[in-house]
Amino acid sequence: MPLLELESLQVRFPVERGFFGRGTRVVHAVEDLSLTVAAGEAVGLVGESGCGKTTLGRALLRLIEPTSGTIRFNGEDITHLPAGELRSRRRQFQMIFQDPFGSLNPRLTVGQSLAEPLEIHGIASTPAERAERIATLLRSVGLHADHADRYPHEFSGGQRQRIVIARALAVEPKLLVCDEPVSALDVSVQAQVVNLLQDLQRERGVALLFISHDLAVVEHLCQRVAVMYLGRVVELGPAREVCRRPSHPYTAALLSAVPTLDATSRQKRIVLRGDPPSPIDPPSGCPFHPRCPIAQDRCRSERPALREIQPGRWSACWVEADQLKGRS
Amino acid sequence: MPLLSIHDLEVEFRLNDRWVRAVDGVSFSIEPGETLCLVGESGCGKSVTALSIGRLLPEPPARYSGGRIEVEGHDILSMSPRELQRIRGGVVSYVFQEPAAALNPVFRVGSQILETLQIHRPAKATQAEVVRLLGDVGIPDPERRARSYPHELSGGMQQRVMIAMAIATEPRLLIADEPTTALDVTIQAQILELLKDLKQRLGMAILLITHNLGLVGEIADRVAVMYAGQIVETAPVGSLLHAPAHPYTRALIQSVPELGHPRERLIAIPGTVPMPGTWPAGCRFAPRCPVVQDDCRTLAPSLKSIAGNRSVRCPHSAPGSTASS
Ligand SMILES: Nc1ncnc2c1ncn2[C@@H]1O[C@H](COP(=O)(O)OP(=O)(O)O)[C@@H](O)[C@H]1O
Ligand SMILES: Nc1ncnc2c1ncn2[C@@H]1O[C@H](COP(=O)(O)OP(=O)(O)O)[C@@H](O)[C@H]1O
Ligand code: SF4
Ligand SMILES: [Mg+2]
Ligand SMILES: [Mg+2]
Repeated sequence: MPLLELESLQVRFPVERGFFGRGTRVVHAVEDLSLTVAAGEAVGLVGESGCGKTTLGRALLRLIEPTSGTIRFNGEDITHLPAGELRSRRRQFQMIFQDPFGSLNPRLTVGQSLAEPLEIHGIASTPAERAERIATLLRSVGLHADHADRYPHEFSGGQRQRIVIARALAVEPKLLVCDEPVSALDVSVQAQVVNLLQDLQRERGVALLFISHDLAVVEHLCQRVAVMYLGRVVELGPAREVCRRPSHPYTAALLSAVPTLDATSRQKRIVLRGDPPSPIDPPSGCPFHPRCPIAQDRCRSERPALREIQPGRWSACWVEADQLKGRS
Repeated sequence: MPLLSIHDLEVEFRLNDRWVRAVDGVSFSIEPGETLCLVGESGCGKSVTALSIGRLLPEPPARYSGGRIEVEGHDILSMSPRELQRIRGGVVSYVFQEPAAALNPVFRVGSQILETLQIHRPAKATQAEVVRLLGDVGIPDPERRARSYPHELSGGMQQRVMIAMAIATEPRLLIADEPTTALDVTIQAQILELLKDLKQRLGMAILLITHNLGLVGEIADRVAVMYAGQIVETAPVGSLLHAPAHPYTRALIQSVPELGHPRERLIAIPGTVPMPGTWPAGCRFAPRCPVVQDDCRTLAPSLKSIAGNRSVRCPHSAPGSTASS
């Protein structure tokens, strides 16, 4: 049984029409999305901005309500769990965001910020136990016990992100949803945080849903990767295999856009035309067809389903899936 | 004669009654048609260096406390406002990270380009030239797009408009400060292809500023690496990436994962980037350097030329592959 199981999750936002328009339109932020995360597994979620990554992360933690579909955690359907009961489950899944500045209350010391979740979930009951627990948490993310008395502004961005991670770990979650956790950090500091997440996953068995636009980091950190386009998963599989031999043309284009130190060794770059279409009126057929370099007639009218094309490898494309099957 | 040459540039900012140095003795030059990438982490002084070339920093709080900047042999720091006007947007054009902030939201993009033409190339200030420029930077349906307002365009299209405006004056040097940082990788790839193509067709030199070492391999001829207000290494792109000489360059390359070459673990650089006013004595990288020696903490190294048209600010460095260290 997977730790987290999403079945046909859908999140739609009604938005006001423009100045002269009438009624409302609907943003199809997440469409018919199914995904699992096993206990202790790291799954990457990649795709261009606006494809629905943050919405998915927030919906699966019930920070926003999904329009339809099912969320199961440890086999339990939590999709419609009332708020009171949800709170007791929240201990098991935590989310960290891109901006380590906005995520900490500037008026609380680091120790007070860390004590909060401990109190809410009744974890360490005496002040002595709590202080001990906070010291352990700070050390586990590479900070000092005496940092507990300082305020967020006294720390650098990388240190703050580690404090945010320490706070998420306070309740010993089984799943950490990380939304672009290193994007705002300096290059030389990103590696510190990536290594910390890697240790948590490998040594403590914390499962990660790692949302990122950086495919190289996902390939490095994650066992599996899901590639999203306009609210849907278009490719899913083992991270290294997908990065080495993408099946879906969108994955191939995304990979080929990543700058490399060794540009001379790369095959001819696939440059995608234009921007992703609006999720307000997603294209008919395959959502990628307007930008796809190998689209065919069928792609414009019929939407390809996400199919298992090899054990563990899934792709939603009429053309490439057949080719990958043929090649193997 | 180099198109641009900078010698020992020092830039300071007034902060609470004292001057804090942000750029400290930067020297480099760019030949006509050459692409130089200036690389470094946030706060190391890349943008301040770039803005100094067109003398675009507000004075005060900024002041040029030392050094020289020459564009086509003319001394920028002693120019009159009139002469500066001729250089900016004439010989030298800029593209910045946030096109939305640089474009005027209340005017159509076409009329903004037309205005640039009227100032710098009045003979060519026509609607046809505007449409040609928009087409040149890969904007589909340029006649229609010329009538768009900035907010009607995506981030990638806005950046293309900025580039069209920058090349409208036929500059000999295009300074692009993090032009793709706010964009998705797919759009970044489009903009990089466009810059490479324009460089070929127009023969202009490019100073590309980035914190992303990955871009360097895509477009640079030569690279200058900055740390804490100083250049720590300059080299042709191939040798810099494959045999970095300065420990900081080497550490920077090792700290980022590379697609297709997964490693067991990233080699993080301990500590954080020091901000202006808090630079350590001796070598500024010493507190974070994996190969630090005793004398590094007291003796400030100078930038020395080494073989292969390179220079490095570290007495203990030797060009080496990142794999072997
Ligand atoms: N609260 C909201 N109301 C309306 N539209 C929204 C809201 N949140 C997100 N969206 C839209 O949903 C789509 C997906 O957004 P998001 O999940 O933030 O994407 P990503 O994280 O992949 O960049 C975007 O088109 C975004 O504009
Ligand atoms: N307008 C300003 N006023 C005061 N200090 C400034 C100003 N602009 C830049 N600085 C200082 O100069 C340093 C270098 O900035 P900058 O060149 O923008 O760095 P980057 O390498 O990220 O482009 C900053 O850390 C900041 O301290
Ligand atoms: S289904 Fe068609 S349009 Fe969609 S990705 Fe495959 S080939 Fe391209
Ligand atoms: Mg997001
Ligand atoms: Mg800058």
